[in-house]
Amino acid sequence: MGVDRRKFLKIAGMSTLGAAAIPATSVLATTNPVEWMYEQTGGFTPSELLLHFFHKPAGFKPADALTGSRWAMVVNVKSLDEEVVEACKEACHHVHNVPEIDNPKHEVKWIWEDEYGHVFPAKHHEYVAEKYEHTPFLVMCNHCFNAPCVRVCPTRATFKRKSDGIVMMDMHRCIGCRFCMAACPYGSRSFNWKDPRPYIRKENPGYPTRTKGVVEKCQFCAERLAKGEIPACVEAAQKISKEKGKEPALAFGDLGDPNSEVRALLRENYSIRRKPELGTGPNVYYIV
Amino acid sequence: MLEKAFVGGRTYLTWMACLLVFMGFGFISWLFQFTEGLGVTGMSRDISWGVYIANFTFLVGVAAAAVMVVIPYYIHHYKAFGRITILAEFLGVAAVSMCLLFILVDLGNPVRALNVALHPTPNSILFWDMIVLNGYLFLNIFIGWNILSAERKNSPPPRWLKPFIYLSIPWAISIHTVTAFLYAGLPGRHFWLTAIMAARFLASAFAAGPAMLILFCLIVRRTTKFDPGKEQIRTLAGIVTYAMILNVFFFLLETFTAFYSQIPGHMHTIQYLFGGLHGHTGLVPWMWAATFFAAVALVLLIVPAARRAEDVLAVACVCVFIACYIDKGVGLVIGGFIPNPFERVTEYVATVPEVLITLGVWATGFFIMSLLYKVAITVKEEQEQLKA
Repeated sequence: MGVDRRKFLKIAGMSTLGAAAIPATSVLATTNPVEWMYEQTGGFTPSELLLHFFHKPAGFKPADALTGSRWAMVVNVKSLDEEVVEACKEACHHVHNVPEIDNPKHEVKWIWEDEYGHVFPAKHHEYVAEKYEHTPFLVMCNHCFNAPCVRVCPTRATFKRKSDGIVMMDMHRCIGCRFCMAACPYGSRSFNWKDPRPYIRKENPGYPTRTKGVVEKCQFCAERLAKGEIPACVEAAQKISKEKGKEPALAFGDLGDPNSEVRALLRENYSIRRKPELGTGPNVYYIV
Repeated sequence: MLEKAFVGGRTYLTWMACLLVFMGFGFISWLFQFTEGLGVTGMSRDISWGVYIANFTFLVGVAAAAVMVVIPYYIHHYKAFGRITILAEFLGVAAVSMCLLFILVDLGNPVRALNVALHPTPNSILFWDMIVLNGYLFLNIFIGWNILSAERKNSPPPRWLKPFIYLSIPWAISIHTVTAFLYAGLPGRHFWLTAIMAARFLASAFAAGPAMLILFCLIVRRTTKFDPGKEQIRTLAGIVTYAMILNVFFFLLETFTAFYSQIPGHMHTIQYLFGGLHGHTGLVPWMWAATFFAAVALVLLIVPAARRAEDVLAVACVCVFIACYIDKGVGLVIGGFIPNPFERVTEYVATVPEVLITLGVWATGFFIMSLLYKVAITVKEEQEQLKA
């Protein structure tokens, strides 16, 4: 929630005072009144603001939460193998109650693997080194800096969290129009073509299950960050890499912090991103 | 006036009853889809829009085509079209109603449809599409009804209606432009990412829409005492001819850019549509059928003697309809998803419930159109009797 109590009261006060109380310059600065409203309130619609008169916004953050200004993931391809990939998928899909649907047409996946030639189709050529050709590349939502899915969503059910750039989903608001799936150039989004609950192998009561008819995807473990934990896939990957004495296959951190692990990795290694030419600004980097 | 829609001859009532049966089957299928989820359709993770959105896209064009009658009549004072503006506007009403229904049946969560209005999102093209489509529906009902009421009283339409009529012209263009923008602004979907998309949409709309209108005029002449007129049909045929030529021309422009530049992403979908990709050829027969019908239509339309013979013209119009329907309804929407972002091919085949729902929506559209045409034509018949 982007509104703290003080700011909220300020807005509420201004709304009650009416248009006269609003500085004309700030209204004129943005062309669209709805846009302006969103900016002032950190993403609340007028109807939601009204609700907040009766319901205190829950904008607290526990002291031990992990915070950052631009979260990013670095995939160290040299450390990727079947075992790491399976562990990451298992960890993520278990904690997030991702259903296991065998039919590839109805699959729901938050993190999975594919070959170099399919993950980086434009970079592929016939003489690519054998070891890269068959390495399982981990793919997930890129949490784009300039996300097309956020741009096209007609209800803001998918939105970019202002504080740290995570592209999130409000599963209670999604109308299931699937415009975001057409817009995502990475195929990162899954739709619940049927009720997912019968396909959840072992339900994690700590995370909500979804209903049919909504889109879902990786959320960079926002719920774990809030508790001070790193994403589940990163935790799983680091555990296995440590056992094998390899560099961690996944690293997660804040690009806004020059001293972060991810910044150090990107400083010292050559890295690539998926389809950077589209201007989406993906925040998942691959060290090859 | 509406009461005129409820009385009619045996043919009219039988026709309406048939439509109701299809609507019923469609509704039952939709209830099934509503309880089971969209998994009952042929859509998938990779082809996330199917026949619903394809029909929606095609029908937006049909709706927009009313403007091809409104512009000559109101802007160029081409008096002959006064006889058929109401038919064009009511065709627009039926087409937009179908568009809205197709969007509704495509939603994973139709009960949340109003979220689009509750959480207005100006950066989403779908939000604007909702505004322009509903606006266009309102404009056409409002204008059509008022013109018809005036006609019934044998008086000219009220002067205050003029601004609404003028507004409806850019509005018609806007519904199809905005619908093209749904596709044309998405990064990573090469087949859709083209500046000519809106222009292509309009060209195919102005071919398919008036072609349907010609067919309806011919049916109206045969089944009622009202004759939409020879000259009117002839002028419409000219419009269809120009629009169809432009439509095909625009498509050829796309193929030139793709194949002369040799950029793989630009060629892939067209290769899939006309020759198959990675061994997948699901849409190839469809696209060649569309090509065949487009070619036949162009020959019949361009040769003046053929175009002027109304029976031949009717065949040409059916060909235009089929060609545009396949091109926009099947090739454009489904082709745009192939190959997927991982450059793999997943194919799409509509399922039985999906087809039944689609037929149900079409039946609903025809039902609305038949009601409105019945009212309009009864008024026109009465007026002609009075004059005689």
